[in-house]
Amino acid sequence: MSHHPPEPLRPPDASPAASSASLEENLAEVEREIGDLRRITTAQQMDLGEQIAALEARAESLHEEIARNPTPWQRVQLARHPERPRVGDYIDGLTSEFVELHGDRSFGDDRAIIAGLGIVGGRPAAIIGHAKGHDTRENISRRFGMPNPEGYRKAVRVMRLAEKLRAPVVTLVDTAGAFPGKDAEERGQAEAIARSLFEMARLRTPIVTVITGEGGSGGALAIGICDVLLMFEHAIYSVISPEGCAAILWRDGSRARDAAEALRLTAGDLAALEIVDEIIPEPPGGAHRHREDAVAAVVQAVLRHLALLEGRSEESLVAARYEKYRRIGRVRDASMQDAAATHDAGGQTE
Amino acid sequence: MLDWLGRPKRPASERRDIPAGLWAKCPHCANLVYRKELERNLRVCPRCGFHHRLSAMDRLALVLDLASFVETDAALLPEDPLGFVDEKPYPERIEESRRKTGRTEAIVTGTGTIEGAHAVVGAMEFGFMGGSLGSVVGEKIARSAERARDRRWPLVLFVASGGARMQEGVLSLLQLARTSVALARLADAGVALITVLCDPTTGGVAASFAFQGDIIVAEPGALIGFAGPRVIEQTIRQKLPEGFQTSEFLLEHGFLDAIVPRAELRGAVARLLRLTNAPLDPAMVGAPAQGWVDRSDTR
Repeated sequence: MSHHPPEPLRPPDASPAASSASLEENLAEVEREIGDLRRITTAQQMDLGEQIAALEARAESLHEEIARNPTPWQRVQLARHPERPRVGDYIDGLTSEFVELHGDRSFGDDRAIIAGLGIVGGRPAAIIGHAKGHDTRENISRRFGMPNPEGYRKAVRVMRLAEKLRAPVVTLVDTAGAFPGKDAEERGQAEAIARSLFEMARLRTPIVTVITGEGGSGGALAIGICDVLLMFEHAIYSVISPEGCAAILWRDGSRARDAAEALRLTAGDLAALEIVDEIIPEPPGGAHRHREDAVAAVVQAVLRHLALLEGRSEESLVAARYEKYRRIGRVRDASMQDAAATHDAGGQTE
Repeated sequence: MLDWLGRPKRPASERRDIPAGLWAKCPHCANLVYRKELERNLRVCPRCGFHHRLSAMDRLALVLDLASFVETDAALLPEDPLGFVDEKPYPERIEESRRKTGRTEAIVTGTGTIEGAHAVVGAMEFGFMGGSLGSVVGEKIARSAERARDRRWPLVLFVASGGARMQEGVLSLLQLARTSVALARLADAGVALITVLCDPTTGGVAASFAFQGDIIVAEPGALIGFAGPRVIEQTIRQKLPEGFQTSEFLLEHGFLDAIVPRAELRGAVARLLRLTNAPLDPAMVGAPAQGWVDRSDTR
């Protein structure tokens, strides 16, 4: 790891993986015991409620301890936690009125993306987000929030509608990625994502994006070009899943933990790389432990940024968005006098 | 027909399947092909028509007018912003690709004329880390888009890439956004983007500039898609049909304007440039192709 620069690319409070691993082991042990006691309670009709409550309190504090200082790999688990708030929860919190709009007007309706118009802070806004389910049945019907091309085409349609209405767009990102299916390819998954990126780049209305859970690659970014990028504290954002990265680069999917470290996919990493504009703190233990507080935190941050963007001219928005993305990346210009100088390549040439 | 003789020797890595160096085995039809015949045939298998991959420089030599190419931004080199180490450190992988291809990054950009029509051009180098899109490729495409906008010359991108470069992490992912804002601005200025999809065009590159072209053509038989065939087969738990995600498949499904055999590529791109308002350089009209002098060797 000698190639790692010493700069604060990692959150300063990161702790050694070893202690976190032992916290995880403790938690697993406690949860096993709770399970055992529950089984005994049922099987032998003994009242072990007190013991269970004590262990649950212990589990809760371990959860909180882990979430105070999670390793990148633990954050991946937190970001994917099945009990995190879902797009519908955020929409309920954000809007006083919401009408979901369906269909891409071409092929079908993709339930992996929810899109619609709502009243946000007293005014109309478009809200578009990846829709993971609350349970297995919903997850299957929504393809676990992994869109087909129709989802992205619906998203673009609703964005254009917002532009027409001079309403802002809020996008909520939480997906493992675009769905890698046969039908998706036949109907142009690549084209659908490319088109969405292109249209968001030039959309003449404010866009606020929140990465609420999993920011999985192109399928996440496809609804994530924006004026302000917010990220939940334990959310992740990555070019590839740690498992996929490990399978390709280490030829061993079980090295996902190492890949999660190497990819720099945490909110702190992204803030250090100046990609994320603001990290939204999660409640103690993570968003899944206190869902209402979590939704409230997101709502409050989105409303604040929408208010800041209000009144900006269309031209200045699009120009600022151009500058924001134009400068992302690190290159070395060997033609410069100081060949070792690193700069954020940006701005115009010629 | 272009003269493909007297070209610099290919790196050993491209010759590994060739007995005694004289014969090449076509990976598609498995026939042995006399190497010189393959070269003379623009590296298209004379037996089955399979289009072997071209390096970026060969690609540009194939389409551009004699001595018209001026390379731009060749001095932009990759950094290692994440300190990325997998089985080996990222800088070592870069160095290996540099040795193997003789290029400094996975795209060569510049300006030139094609049958006299001015264009800003970029050709991807698949041999350089799988043509992967990292900060340098993103920056060079964005600068090319800005140059095309300033000069009002169409931008032609020859795409060959497996997708985003994992070793630059989320910075690579964000190059999809970076190229998108630059190409959207080019479009809003009324300047055309022509993309030529070569084997392979997949992942984040397919899902950004490859399919943002106003006109999109492909070479025959190229693999084009978002997800890789193996990933899809794992998802659907069955084998994909023959020809899935090929150029021909995409044309049939409405995602390409045309499939252009390599021998016709120069003429086809020239025609598209004339039809998309590329200004003509009268001195270059009628000039022969294949004028590349590798300036990087004399630097």
